[in-house]
Amino acid sequence: MADGLRYLQLLTYGDTGWGDEFLAGAWMTIQISVCAYLVGLVLGLIGAWAKLSGNRLTFWVSESYTTIVRAVPELLLIILLYYTGTTALRNLLVEVGFGEDVQINAFAAAVGTLGFVQGAYTTEVFRGAILSVPKGQLEAAKAYGMSASLRFRRILFPLMFRYALPGLANLWVTILKDSSLISVVGFSELLFTGKTAAASTKDYFFFYLVTAAVFLMLTVLSNIGIHVVERRLSRGVRHA
Amino acid sequence: MSLDFFLGLFPQLLQGTWITLLILLLSAVIGNSLAVGVALARVSKNPFLRSTSYFYTLLMRGTPLLVQMYLLYYGLGSIFAHTPAIRHSFLWPYLRDGFWYGVVALSLNTAGYSGEILRGAIQGVPYGEIEAGRAFGMSKWLILRRITLPRALRICLPTLVGETILLLKSTPLVSTITVMDMMGMANFIRVQSFRVYEPLLAAALIYVTLTFILTRLFRWLEAHLNKDRVAPPSLASPAPAGTDPDLQPNL
Repeated sequence: MADGLRYLQLLTYGDTGWGDEFLAGAWMTIQISVCAYLVGLVLGLIGAWAKLSGNRLTFWVSESYTTIVRAVPELLLIILLYYTGTTALRNLLVEVGFGEDVQINAFAAAVGTLGFVQGAYTTEVFRGAILSVPKGQLEAAKAYGMSASLRFRRILFPLMFRYALPGLANLWVTILKDSSLISVVGFSELLFTGKTAAASTKDYFFFYLVTAAVFLMLTVLSNIGIHVVERRLSRGVRHA
Repeated sequence: MSLDFFLGLFPQLLQGTWITLLILLLSAVIGNSLAVGVALARVSKNPFLRSTSYFYTLLMRGTPLLVQMYLLYYGLGSIFAHTPAIRHSFLWPYLRDGFWYGVVALSLNTAGYSGEILRGAIQGVPYGEIEAGRAFGMSKWLILRRITLPRALRICLPTLVGETILLLKSTPLVSTITVMDMMGMANFIRVQSFRVYEPLLAAALIYVTLTFILTRLFRWLEAHLNKDRVAPPSLASPAPAGTDPDLQPNL
């Protein structure tokens, strides 16, 4: 009983409890995941376009990007990109004349790193989805005299999006969990908060359990949200 | 970046490669064996087994692998360390070593993912085949052993192969719990030599090679096991979005 009370106290708000720290950590995890996901979506669209545009050069650039990123373990890639990416960018900025004391924002570095990795997976999802769009639809749009951008906006994107949705939903849950890898380079998000709490109280088991519980809550809520979105977006689709 | 230094890294990294491969082999074998149990529990008629398996899968797939690993190594490990009965038992040398925590964490995690894949495959076994087994007077276990499982395994083999590649890509996480696998070795060299690029790039190169070899190996195995099911080239069509087995990492 006394133990239970002590654990509860550890989770309260304020100086003695870790409740507020965990809330901040979860919020940070959500922020970097959302931003990295958006970066991934942009990279994915560009990557898929590069693969399907018919241009040899862009195809090979995009193909090597997805092949390499998907063959190297995420942890290694994240450590490599986080350190080398920030150093390279810093050197570049110093070179261009931003002064010697340029500091790369840790949040931007984390988002850039995770987003870059995510982009490779998103590229493949979009590529597959675009290929699933019936050719006749695009030909019909062309026959109506629609411009390329109008075709993309009105035909290709809405049709492709429905095919891409299951893959994109999976990727959201993936990035939510993958974002915990960034704690390895010392970026403070949910897992890092758990680590700090565990190390300073010596209640390792309890605090990692709390961390896992918060992550589980986030993924379960995401799954519920995904279900709602999928239902809404497939309103017009007949189910077998 | 000097080439001599870069090339000199490989003998050192290859020592870690063996640990990586050993961890992969152990956790693939243990994890996939557990997955059979998870899948069978999930399709069983017993509501207790079914819900246990459901929550197990939810836990494994709903939390990051890194958190699971920390929970086992730091969490359970610290409890073990404070329990004299365990500390003085013959098991302590194993329970102190990050290696076994890594293997257990990876196995449990894969069991969750592969179990779900296997469940889908078991449910995809044509009912007529099971009925045929019954008509032959086979017992429940014989049907399971001779019809359901072999058939299900063939249905989901490509997905399980992708899962194994993902497992290989998850093994570097053990370096965060003090195991000197290839990633741990690369990190060690990185800290010792103050060079970031070379050790990590060299390790990445080895990982890519391993992925390549494994993919080839499995493709050969698949063609061998599925001789009767290989579609003629003209029927091969691009997979729809989101079904590429090696698309989503399961961390």
